Amino acid sequence: MKVRFFELAVGVFVLLGVAALFYLAIQVSNVTDYHDRDTYTVTAYFDNIGGLKTRAPVTVSGVRIGRVAEIRYDPEQFRAEVKLAIRSEHDYLPMDTQAAIHTAGLLGEQYIALEPGGDYDTLQDGDEVMFTQSALVLENLIGRFMTNMGSD
Amino acid sequence: MIDAIASLGRSSLNALVVFGRAFIFLIQVLASLDIVIRRFGLTVVQIYSVGVRSLLIIIVSGLFVGMVLGYQGYITLVNFGAAEALGGVVALSLVRELGPVVTALLFAGRAGSALTAELGLMKTTEQLSAMEMMAVNPYRRIFAPRFVAGFLSMPLLAAIFSAVGVMGGYIVGVGMLGVDSGAYFSQMQSVTDWNEDVLSGVIKSIVFGFVVTWIAVFQGFNAMPTSEGISRATTQTVVVSSLAVLGLDFILTGLMFGAG
Repeated sequence: MKVRFFELAVGVFVLLGVAALFYLAIQVSNVTDYHDRDTYTVTAYFDNIGGLKTRAPVTVSGVRIGRVAEIRYDPEQFRAEVKLAIRSEHDYLPMDTQAAIHTAGLLGEQYIALEPGGDYDTLQDGDEVMFTQSALVLENLIGRFMTNMGSD
Repeated sequence: MIDAIASLGRSSLNALVVFGRAFIFLIQVLASLDIVIRRFGLTVVQIYSVGVRSLLIIIVSGLFVGMVLGYQGYITLVNFGAAEALGGVVALSLVRELGPVVTALLFAGRAGSALTAELGLMKTTEQLSAMEMMAVNPYRRIFAPRFVAGFLSMPLLAAIFSAVGVMGGYIVGVGMLGVDSGAYFSQMQSVTDWNEDVLSGVIKSIVFGFVVTWIAVFQGFNAMPTSEGISRATTQTVVVSSLAVLGLDFILTGLMFGAG
């Protein structure tokens, strides 16, 4: 009877521990979000990516459809090369889709917003996004604002 | 002068001897781990005394650490108008650092000291020698189950600590200070990564569990067989394992998060 009590208590303890890990996985880290099972990759070149980081969301009309997989500098084009991993169920993006780097809120994180065009052909794995719009750099904006103020 | 140098040499040699004995002890314990599978009941009883009976202190501390984090995080963040980021702050600090480290410190104090005192008394009352006389291997019968129990309990306790802490932060942040409930969790999910943050925390807690249990069991095994020896060994367990946990945490954090 005594042994049975120990076993029961330990069983409850292990269950609690596993439940806690499960809770951390689902509620805290949202594990499903980062295991985008099937994705295809498209490349976009930006003049300036601002503060974009890998794993930043890729959205269409605000709906998240993928994430930034890789960022590197392309020494031939003198531009930043950003690889976007998009979930394969979103295979309807036209060839002339535009990619822009937006900021969530004034100081929030930066993400990539896609704006679908009107082409009949769709973006496939390895394609390049033709039209891109760089990140808004706050310093440039303030600088422009200051010179405008001065000329008045 | 020569005496001073000689005493320095003696104490470093002594430290090396203890270190070597600890390693030999560890290898002998690891070599007798098959008992854990063969007689799992022994380990179950140890998990009960090491893990289950630490639950209360872990849950209560986790809750309060989470609530304090909620308060402090809110007070700092509200200055920047970013009180919504509270969930991320609470979750990251718990999962990455506070969960494994505070659990390990509490574990050393609650379970480690008890292990050392128990084993030290066994040694003092010559129960270990008596076992050997009866051809019962104390490594298999006594040390290995305790070692495995501590090693298994730590990650579970750390996970419980973090989960309860997140709820504590929720109680204070959302319940008392009025952070939006959806923002609390969505912020948390957007900054906390399963591999990078949660799993790193779990790895940390496994390492800490290993080290703390090793120190505790070895100190009991190595205690001088007197009442003073037991008290010294128990103190040593808490001091050495706390220092080891903090030092290792620095190294592990550097390895896990430094490069990125």
